[in-house]
This record gives sequence, structure tokens and C-alpha cells, in this order.
Amino acid sequence: MNTELLGVIAMFVATLLLALPLGKYIAKVYSGDKVWTDTFMGPLEKLFFKLSRIDELREMSWKQHLTTLLTINLIWFLWAMFCLLNQNWLPLNPDHIPAQAPDMAFNTAISFLVNCNLQDYSGETGASYFTQVYALMFLQFVSAGTGMAAAAVVFNALKDRSTEKLGNFYNYFLKSCTRILLPICILVAVMHVFNGTPMTFKGMETQISMQGDTTQVSRGPVAAFVAIKHLGTNGGGFFGANSTHPLENPNYFTNMLQLIIQILIPFAMVFAMGFYLRRKKLAWVFWCVMTIGFLLLVVPTVIAEIHGNPALAHMGISQPGGNMEGKEVRFASYATAFWSIATTVISTGSVNGMHDSFMPVSGMNMLLGMMINSFYGGVGVGFLNFFIYVILAVFIGGLMVGRTPEFLGKKIEAREMKIAMIIALFHPFLILVFTAISSYLAAHNTDMGWWFTDANCKHNAIGWFNNPSYHGFSEMLYQYTSCSANNGSGFEGLADNNPFWNITAGIVLLFSRYLPIIGPVAIAGLLAQKKYIPESGGTLKTDTSTFGLLVFAVKIIIAALAFFPALALGPIAELFTRH
Amino acid sequence: MKNKKGAGLLQGDIAIEALKQSFIKLDPRILFRNPVMFTVEIGMVIMLAVCFWILGGESHQGSFTYNFIIFLILLATLLFANFAESLAEARGKAQAATLRKTREETPAKKIIHIGEMFLNEVKVVPSSQLEKGDFFICEKGDIIPTDGEIVEGIATIDESAITGESAPVIRESGGDKSSVTGGTKVLSDKIKVRVTTEPGESFLDKMIALVEGATRQKTPNEIALNILLAGFTLVFIIVCVTLHPFAQYAKTPIPVSAYISLFVCLIPTTIGGLLSAIGISGMDRALRANVIAKSGKAVETAGDIDVLLLDKTGTITIGNRKATNFYPAPGIDEQHFIKNAVLSSFSDDTPEGKSIIELAGILPLSYKIENPQFIKFTAETKSSGIDFGNTSIRKGAYDSMKKMVELAGNKFPEKTATDVTKISSNGGTPLVVIENNNVVGVIELQDIIKPGIQDRFDRLRKMGVRTVMVTGDNPLTAKFIAEKAGVDDFIAEAKPEDKMDYIRKEQSTGKLVAMMGDGTNDAPALAQADVGVAMNSGTSAAKEAGNMVDLDNDPTKLIEIVEIGKQLLMTRGTLTTFSIANDVAKYFAIVPALFIVSIPALQSLNIMNLHSPQSAILSAVIFNAIIIPMLIPLALKGVTYKPIGASALLRRNLLVYGLGGIILPFIGIKIIDLFVGLFM
Repeated sequence: MNTELLGVIAMFVATLLLALPLGKYIAKVYSGDKVWTDTFMGPLEKLFFKLSRIDELREMSWKQHLTTLLTINLIWFLWAMFCLLNQNWLPLNPDHIPAQAPDMAFNTAISFLVNCNLQDYSGETGASYFTQVYALMFLQFVSAGTGMAAAAVVFNALKDRSTEKLGNFYNYFLKSCTRILLPICILVAVMHVFNGTPMTFKGMETQISMQGDTTQVSRGPVAAFVAIKHLGTNGGGFFGANSTHPLENPNYFTNMLQLIIQILIPFAMVFAMGFYLRRKKLAWVFWCVMTIGFLLLVVPTVIAEIHGNPALAHMGISQPGGNMEGKEVRFASYATAFWSIATTVISTGSVNGMHDSFMPVSGMNMLLGMMINSFYGGVGVGFLNFFIYVILAVFIGGLMVGRTPEFLGKKIEAREMKIAMIIALFHPFLILVFTAISSYLAAHNTDMGWWFTDANCKHNAIGWFNNPSYHGFSEMLYQYTSCSANNGSGFEGLADNNPFWNITAGIVLLFSRYLPIIGPVAIAGLLAQKKYIPESGGTLKTDTSTFGLLVFAVKIIIAALAFFPALALGPIAELFTRH
Repeated sequence: MKNKKGAGLLQGDIAIEALKQSFIKLDPRILFRNPVMFTVEIGMVIMLAVCFWILGGESHQGSFTYNFIIFLILLATLLFANFAESLAEARGKAQAATLRKTREETPAKKIIHIGEMFLNEVKVVPSSQLEKGDFFICEKGDIIPTDGEIVEGIATIDESAITGESAPVIRESGGDKSSVTGGTKVLSDKIKVRVTTEPGESFLDKMIALVEGATRQKTPNEIALNILLAGFTLVFIIVCVTLHPFAQYAKTPIPVSAYISLFVCLIPTTIGGLLSAIGISGMDRALRANVIAKSGKAVETAGDIDVLLLDKTGTITIGNRKATNFYPAPGIDEQHFIKNAVLSSFSDDTPEGKSIIELAGILPLSYKIENPQFIKFTAETKSSGIDFGNTSIRKGAYDSMKKMVELAGNKFPEKTATDVTKISSNGGTPLVVIENNNVVGVIELQDIIKPGIQDRFDRLRKMGVRTVMVTGDNPLTAKFIAEKAGVDDFIAEAKPEDKMDYIRKEQSTGKLVAMMGDGTNDAPALAQADVGVAMNSGTSAAKEAGNMVDLDNDPTKLIEIVEIGKQLLMTRGTLTTFSIANDVAKYFAIVPALFIVSIPALQSLNIMNLHSPQSAILSAVIFNAIIIPMLIPLALKGVTYKPIGASALLRRNLLVYGLGGIILPFIGIKIIDLFVGLFM
């Protein structure tokens, strides 16, 4: 038990120790300072820019940044759709996997494009190696790079000067991929190969088990996929079972490694902001706010899981390993509970256990992690989400000290508030409205026609539950929360591979990815144009614990309270009913 | 012009007027401007419809009485909010009316060209009867009744108590020095003035109208806050609307009244209801301090000020310099010099002159002097004095005295010249006395720093405001006084354009600058400054340029204005925090009440142990309503500002209004529930 606890603490500490130098390195990369990767990545980047005729020194306004970002994202979407719909005849398909159905292809392409990786298909049977590498893995890189580049634009805009010129998007984007994601991924992939993760283009292998049965074991370029899946907080597994699969996550060491690298960049981005803007104290305040939130979610979850299921205890069954339903023995309760919260506060969404089988408190905490979506958050976008709450907190706090609110020397006025409020509103809006639609359909057991067909070829909405009642409600709530947080993990137990869930989830994904990028970049761009006001004794200091507390309170009250009635009907009702 | 009305919140007629207005303001067309309260009104109308529905036979919505009570509470919520706004407005109007009355009482010597008996007859009328184009005369000692332009004559006008310039100003017909302003005092000579403004159209009148005006412009901060509140309202619309299908899924029928109650409790009605009252009372508080703000924005901006430009004289130092020392010229007996000094000030009515006699301690009358001829101070000679027998004594500034002495062929003694420099470098002003064009000595006039001014600057520094002293003195003197008074910076030998340059320089680094001014030559700087406070006694150009007018002509008023501005923002911020923090308790009251019937397990969420679902909902809605009138006094008076630094202030306000806002409704709702429970 104590070893397990130490393992979890060691993971956290190791992540922090690695994130600090990485943050400094990221800040240098975005500032254009000399770094050690210049020697071998510099020429490669120059070649890219030359071939694509991009002048990486041309500075862009915030609007140009966003236009560029959205345009290249659209192109990537079309490419992914092409691969998914044509994988049957494209190369690298040794197992003869058929093309995906259009609604599923739409869902898959969108969900990888937006760094969510909600997988309604199973990797073994739904995607060829060509798709896995050139569509999905490619998107895992570029979607992470997009988020980081957007954060870099915001960093640039928050400098203490007035300007419209905020660097070049292509430059930020390419360097995010070549200088940060690629080198670490290579290292992590190699470490996985040494631990037994496959890395091959050969098709399934036939094996004869000890019982004498013949089984077909899926394999493929898994090690490379797993590295970017976690480093880019994507979370989409090569195999359907994600990181519970023994080939995708062979042992406790790889489990630790995957946990560390998924939290690594979200940590490092906060510190990068501190180094980049020379406001290290502010970075620590932000990091502490995030960490307190994270701990408040992770500690009760770990406790709930190690104490096992009271319903089983009631029957007199001893549970020395805690609640082991849906967990892998090689990871056990501590690490799996820790992972479940890490993967939800950060928008990874990869799983190493079955979230559906966790205790109600854990389920609620996972939901809360995604509802708040900025206790660390995904690569780049986590910081952007956090930034929105900072703007709201600055506004309220500024008024409370009797001064027109300002953040880092820039006044927060009506226009910025409007954008911040729309973004803060959209997250609960998407989650609640879509959960309401599906609840309505389920409550009336509507005939869904083409939109939904269950295993028994029935079209009634109630058929998408494995467990009706409160838990069923949690499943629907979880699905849309996971989409809106661009998380991609599933509560499972929900029949979600059908047009209704594929399409509604896809819509939620699109909005919830791009609005939280557009909003913060727009706010930062508007702030950058404003006059810089030096701090005085009357200015609200943002690098203090008091301000940290305010940000925390704003997050809890705006993000969590809006979901209180919904949570009361799902996990809370379940929690109190079971006892 | 002191105008301190009782600060009591409820004065009979004001309260009645406010009460009437709170019903008139229920008109949705008026209420539409306040999105939070407008949604409450929609909720109220829905509740009324539900009441009729029940009367028509609907049976799933609970009893008619219960629904009707909720309707009444919502109506009360609206009335309370309207009352807060009306009360603030009514108080502002009452203030403005008093101001206007006081204003009309200055006597004016109006010239009637074809009079009752003669041509150009002079008649004393109240200043309010002067019309544009009328003429009036002002003689020595008169207060100029209204703004105008000199058409005849030249006069020295004392603006010392108000403008800060201790030396009288010269105004004469023709040229740009011809305008005079109401409230200033003529010291010498006689002028004929043409009135330049219509009665009731003077700058002051226009501004009173502004204060009274119902069409109040929202300030940028208020707009931003409204967006925040509208955002919260939208979030809770979504929460309440989506709750319906959720409840259907959970097979829990929820009556309309519960949705409406949950919604009204969650949206920030407390701040929404008090927001405009806070804004109006901010201007009202300024008015109470005898400052008329042209817009609410000006008051708000005052809270953001980084740099404060203050004139030395009258602000940092007591308006007039005082004699502090006599330095006889070499070879002159001290008593003889003092005698000369006293005699030269015989007819000198200026505070400086009086202070010389005071310092000497000898009355001029004690010297037996035959046939004295007093020489008044004139702008041309820049000196005053006395002639008797064949003695002629003059006193005046170093430059003019030196000229006189050297013109007569005498030498200006070396020692006295050194004394003069020494006095200047100590922050004083030297006045040289000559007898028959021979120097007898120099009198030292010193600026007296106002008692307590250091503390005020200290307070400003803690607020984050830097003070800058503006003076016409030489840099040496300026530095001396600046250090003694504790200002952060100074502009010496300041010409009007220096102020302007300084303001521009500070603004270019992003700072907000406030200044106070009076003269026409201050007008550009007043317009350039982010907060320009014109003295009421100042020229109309200055008043047009600034965005506030100080009726007391008190230059330290800026400090109060800054505090009023900060208070205004703080009151909004703290009440917003309070309002949002209240939601936590309201959730815990209402959410269990909604589901308890179908999901008994949720009784565990009823941590307040409220009597029944209906009493829980009623208690929450009642608490939500009565918190508004309870906070009206705070909204009108404003949250107290303490210059303890921004972080400490935030900590304090978060503790009081944030944590307090979470805890108080738990207690309040529980108490109301105990009471409501008695009837159920």
C-alpha cells in the first residue's frame, strides 16, 4: 500500500522536476533565443519554410493568427476524412480493414483534429496502419502543436508593450512540433519499445495460447503512437482498450512514463509563461491554483478507490486491493485512481481502467475535472482556458480594490469581458443542452429511426444505456462533458457508435475546441493593442496567494456551480443511494 | 456654499417619491435596461399566469396560496430593487435643488442704461436676474456675481483663496485677460463687465441639470459589469431550462414555481438590483463633497488616478505667505528697518502686509506720522508703500526694487542681495524695503505648509497615487517645500504649458493624471488630464474643459474625489462577489428540495435541515428579496475605502464579502425557514 502511494507521489514530483527546465526551454523556443536543438532542427525548419514559401518572420495580428489556424485545421480535417473513408484501398493495410462509415469517419476525424480522441471505433478493427500513422498520429502532433502555438500567441500578446504584431503562427506551430513534441516523443517511443510495446508495420500475428487456442494478436506502430498520444494530451489509443491494453501499456514503468509525459507539457506551459514574461511568481501562483484543484479531486478519488466498494463490503467480501472492478492488477488502485483524475483534468482522456466501474465520488471528480477543464488542462489550451478565468477574476478583484481592472498592465474592459463571458458560458451550455436533449429522448423513449439502432435492431432511445437510472444519466453527462472538454475519455456503458451520438458529439467537439482558442487569443490580441500601464501601489497584484484564491473561487463558482443540479441527479444521487 | 444635508437615508418626501417611482419603474420598457431584473419580471409574470392556471383547475402546481406568495415575493424583489434606484435618484435631485437655490443669492450691481432717474443707473439685483448682454460694475471689495467680460477698466482681482496664486491677478478690458468669473473678488480699481451667459445656462447650471437628469450614461466599468451579470443570468437560464428534461429523465415532476424560484435565487439579483443605485449614489457622494461631476465616468476614473498635479499655493501651503524674519541692510538699525517695514504696510490689506505688522508687533498708528499718503499696489509699479513729509517708503519684489534703487543712482547692498538668495533657497519669498530709494532691509515671507498635509500625501501614496507639486517658484524653493511637504515630484517655475507637457509625458507612459485648475490658461491642461477638476471660482473656459467642478474651491478636494471613485468601484465589486457567493447556500436550499420527493437519498444534501421542500424554496426566495433593502444603505454610502495596499484590501474584502457572502445566507435562510415552518 505504501509503495503504491510512494509510486504516485514519485510520479508527481518527477513531473514537476522535469517540467521546470522544459518550461524554460519552451520559453526560449518561443522567444527565438538560441537553444541546443537549433543545430539539427534549424536546417529542417528552414527547408519546410522554403518549400512552403512561408516567410516565418512576417508578424501577424491576432486575427491573422486565427485565420491561419482555422484554415490549416480545415485542410487537416479534409485529409483525415479522405484517409478514413478510403483506408480500404490505401497502402499499409495488412489486416484488410474496411473504410469507416461516414458518420463515424466524421466523428473520428473531428475528434482527432480537436485533440479530443473520442474513439467510437476500435483501433484493431477500425483503422489501418496508414490511417493510424498518416491521419490519426499526424493529427495528434498537429493538434497539440496548434494548441501550443495559440498559447504562444497569448504569451506574446501579454508582454508589456503595445502592438498588433504577435509573431508568426507558422513559426510557433512548426517549432512546437519540431522543437518540443518530436524530440521528447522519439525518446519516449524508444523507451516503450524496450519495454515490449510493438513497433512494426506487419499485420496480426497468429499465436497459440497455453490452452491450445489460436488467437490473432493485433500489433502495429504502437510505440510511436503511444508517445504522442500522451505528450500531446490526445488520449486516443492505438488499440480499443487504450492504456489498459498490455501491448500499449505493458508494465508499471510504462504506466508511470505515460502519466508523467501527459502532465508534463501542461505543467511546463505554465512555467513557460513565467519564464517568457519574466513573471515566475505569477506562474507559480497559477500552478498552485491548478495543483490545489487537482489535489482536491485526486485525493478523494484515491481514498474512494482504495477503500473498495461498500456494496461488496456489505456482502462480507474482503477487498484488500480496493475497488478492483475495471482495473488492471499491474497498476492497482492508487495509480489507476491517480491516472483517472490526471487524464480528466488534463484533456488527455486515455484510460488505464474502466471509468464506468469507479466509485460514484470518483466519477463525480472526473466529471468535475472536465467541467472545470483548466486544472492544468490540455497542451496549450489548458492555459488558454485558465486565462479566461483569470480575466474574470481580475475583473471582480480589480473592482474590489477600487480600480478599473487590469491584468499585466492592460485594462480589462467591456469587449474583453464579453468574449470571456461567452467562452465561460459555452462550456456549460454545450454540456447541459446536449445532455438535456439526450435525457429528453431517453425519458420519452423516442423512436430515433436512422439516428439510432441498438444491438437488437431497435430504434428506441432507451436502448443506448447499459445501466439506466442515475448511472445512465452520468453516462450521458460524461459523454458530452468529455467532448466539451476535448477530453475523449468515455464512461463507457453507453452505446455511442451510431449517428446520433457520433454527430452530436462531433458538433460539441468542434465548438468546444475552437471557441476556447479563438476567445483567449482575441482577448490577448485586444489587450496587446492597449496602452501598457505600469503597476502602482493601487494596482491589483496578480502574483499573490490572495489573487490565486480568487481565481480558484471564480472557477469553482462559475464552472462547478452551474453543474450542481446535473451532478445531483447523477453521481451524487448514486453516492447517497448506495450508502 | 456649504451644503451638508443630513445623511439620513430616509427623509419623508424623498422616500415617498422613491416609493412612487419604484412602481412606475415596473414598466418593462424601463426595466429592460437592467437585464437581471428584467428576467425577474418575466419570472413574476409567469408566476402570475401559474396562479390563474391553478384557479382554472390545474392541480400539479401546488396550492394557489403557495404560488401566489412566490409571485408576491418576486414582486417585492423588483420593488426593492426599483426603490434602491429611485431613492438614489431622489436624493441626487434634492441635492441639486439645494445647490441651485444657494447659487441665486449673490448681489450684483447691474447697470441700467436708461434708468428710472438717470442714465446708467446702478441697481443691486440678485445675480440670477443678470441676463446675457447685461452690464454690471464691480468695485473694490465686491464679489463678481457671474461670468463675464470686462468692457471697461482694469482691476486686480484676488483669487488667492481659490486659484492658489497668492499674487492678485490683473484683468483688463480687451485682449485675453478680459474674462472674469463669478465668485472672485475685486481688490482694487473698478471694472465694468458684460455678462456672457444666460441665467440658468451657466456652466454650473448645466451641470446641476446633468446630475438631476434621468438619462444617466452607463460608465465603461458598469457596462463591463453588466456583461458579467448578463452572462451569469444566461448560465442560470441554461441551468434551469435543462433541468426540466433532466427531471423528466429522473421521473421527478418539478412545479413551475420551483424552476422560477431556483432561477431568481441563482441570478445575481442583489447586485443587479443595486447596481444603478450604486452608480447614482457615487455621483451623489461627490455632490455631497460639493463636487459636481459631469459624468459618472469622471468619478470612476478618479479612482484610477496614478498622478496628481497640485498647485503649491493654497493646496500644499496655506494660501498666503507670512512674514517670518527681518534682515536689515548693512549699516541700518534693526528698529529703524522694522519701522520702515511696518509703515510700508500701513495701508496694505493683503495677508502678507498684515503678517508683517503682526511679526513686528508694532501698530503703524503708534508712529506719529503727519499727512501720510498711501501708495497702493498697482500692477505697473509692482510695489506699494507710503509717503509722508519728505520720506518715501516702498516695498516690493527684489527685481522691481533693485531697478528703482539703481535708477536713483544708488547701489544695492551686497549683503542684502545675499540675504535675498538665502531666503529664496529656503523656500521663502523676499520683500525688499527701500527708504528714499535706499535699501533698508529685506523681509522674509515664508510659505506655511498646511498642517496634516504630509499625512494626506502619505495616504495617497498608499493608494498608489503619486503627487506632483506645481509652483512658479524657482527650483531651489520648490525643492525645499516639496521635501518638507512630502510630495513625490515638483515642477518649478511652471508656466501653464509646463503642466500640459508634464501631463502628456505621464500619460504617454500609460498613467492617469488628475489636476485641479482655475484659470483660462489651465483649460488645455484640464482638458488633457484624465480627471480635471475646475474650481467653481475659475474661468468658464476652465470649467468647460474640466470634468468636475469643485464648489468649495478647495484644492485638496482631489484626495476626496479619488477616494469616492475607488469607493464606487469597490462597492460594485464587493456586492457582486457577495451576490455570487450567496448562490452556494441557495443551491443547498433549493436543489435537495427539488428532488427530495423522488430521490429521498438527496436528503443528505439538505445540510441546513430545512423544514420542508416548500419552506426551503420560500425561505431562499424571501432571503433573496430582503437582502436587497438590507444592502441599500451600504450601496448608497459605499464600502469604506482604506488605503492599506491593494493586496491587503482584496484579502479584507474577500473575507468580508466573499466568505461572508457564503456563510450569511446559510444562517439567513435557516432563520427564515424556522419562521416559515411555523405556518406550514
